[in-house]
Amino acid sequence: MIARALFLAASLLLLGGAREPVLVPEISQHEIQVRQGFTGADLLLFGAILSPEGTRAMQGTDIVIVLEGPARSIVLREKQKVAGIWINADSTEFRSAPTFFAVASTRPIDRIIDDKTAAIYELGLKWLQLSPIGVIDPAEQRRFSAGLVDLMQRQGLYQQSDFAVHTSGDVLYQARIALPSSVQTGTYTAETFAIRNGRVVASAITRVEVRKEGFERFVALNAENNGLIYGLFAVLLSVGMGWLAGRLFALV
Amino acid sequence: MDVYLPIANLAVNGLVIVGLGALTGLLSGMFGVGGGFLTTPLLIFYGVPPTVAAASAASQVTGASVSGAFAHARRGGIDYQMGGVLVAGGILGTGIGALLFRLLQSLGQIDTVINVLYVLLLGGIGGLMAHESVTALRAQRRGTPLPARKRRHHPLVASLPLRWRFYRSGLYISPLAPLLLGMATGVLTMLMGIGGGFILVPAMLYILGMGASVVVGTSLFQILFVTMATTMMHALTTRAVDIVLASLLLLGSVSGAQIGAQFAQKAKPEQLRLILAVIVFGVAVRMALGLGYRPDEIYTVVPL
Repeated sequence: MIARALFLAASLLLLGGAREPVLVPEISQHEIQVRQGFTGADLLLFGAILSPEGTRAMQGTDIVIVLEGPARSIVLREKQKVAGIWINADSTEFRSAPTFFAVASTRPIDRIIDDKTAAIYELGLKWLQLSPIGVIDPAEQRRFSAGLVDLMQRQGLYQQSDFAVHTSGDVLYQARIALPSSVQTGTYTAETFAIRNGRVVASAITRVEVRKEGFERFVALNAENNGLIYGLFAVLLSVGMGWLAGRLFALV
Repeated sequence: MDVYLPIANLAVNGLVIVGLGALTGLLSGMFGVGGGFLTTPLLIFYGVPPTVAAASAASQVTGASVSGAFAHARRGGIDYQMGGVLVAGGILGTGIGALLFRLLQSLGQIDTVINVLYVLLLGGIGGLMAHESVTALRAQRRGTPLPARKRRHHPLVASLPLRWRFYRSGLYISPLAPLLLGMATGVLTMLMGIGGGFILVPAMLYILGMGASVVVGTSLFQILFVTMATTMMHALTTRAVDIVLASLLLLGSVSGAQIGAQFAQKAKPEQLRLILAVIVFGVAVRMALGLGYRPDEIYTVVPL
């Protein structure tokens, strides 16, 4: 173990990457259970950044954390006023729109990194890669992307917060990201980037699993797989409750 | 009280939903309509996805109409033969409605169609009801009773082939007329999450010309079975019935319906009808404005 660590340290030194810091990310919980009473979750993403020698390495380094939920294919529809009423007049399809996307950083992204690098690493809502399906003209695509980002931001599903990553003692960093109750289930990835002089010098990934548990899981599974029994149960429940109320009130 | 809805995928305040159910249940008990015309738009306004709202509102209407239907059955206020034809039509209608729902959804026009339907139907029927109840109230005040309306079915109904005798309704007409009427309400139930009572009752009175003593009971009977079929249809196709949401709505609406029924016994029917007309008309106007004003959300996301 010690030998391996020494070897690692030595090789890092020999490789000339001596100045590349090491990121050790962690997350307050690796599993979020969606069960009765779930109103959302508050994730604490934290970690340490060290130089290969094991000393503090935060000096002059910025941290950007991107928490991204499972992607899905969507149709985005746009309403326009046609003959006096607002109807869905235009639409576009995106192959991979994340269901959740949050970016937290120590400083505003545009002061940390240039646009080209930010776009490559998807650092910021502006650089979200949505993979539109079919040919679509760039101006229209920008309009639709902006519309989606704006909509999701107001639902709390897309977030971008500058100055949300706090550092302490040039070695630790932490950020809080809130997940609203409407999050989709699936695997969420939290990618942490250490950026120095406009260059990504280290990055690391941790994962969070969001899943329905207990009764909620049971209901969701049955609604999806046993439509007939689920439907019959819903019908029986409504007839039963209506009948019961009639009986109870007849006694009053 | 936060409750997580497993199908709608979001947390809501349970008390708000129970209150919403109670409000519509109160209306349904007072006026004999399902109250779905209020539940669905209010749920959507609260943030529940439209499909889930329509699917779960249907089961609420079932609950609210059960006790009413039982009460009318005890008084012999249901024409089962007519009801059977209406239900058969209604079930066919929910099938057609499910296909239409899917088609409109893929075209992206489902919300516009629902809104326009609401405006036209609620506006038209609310206007008619208001006019009628105002003339009735005026006549009462003057002390001269209105000339009794001659009960007759619409000439179009008479032109349909094949005739059956409906003894309790006092009719000798083609069963195709109630079948088509049932189908129309079935389609509307599937699309709008409403029971269709506020369309069915006037249609039975003025188009079929049924006897007033069996109209409300038979309409409740039809609504009961058609909303049951709608719930099943949604459970099998859209898979959007949220049992937790439905339970909360039911809890409020079945109690509200009972309280409403007791109110109804004390009030004058003309006044009740005027109040219902004003509510129905108000919802229609609100929806019409909604079509014309710039909506809060220009963009909507639908999973592919």
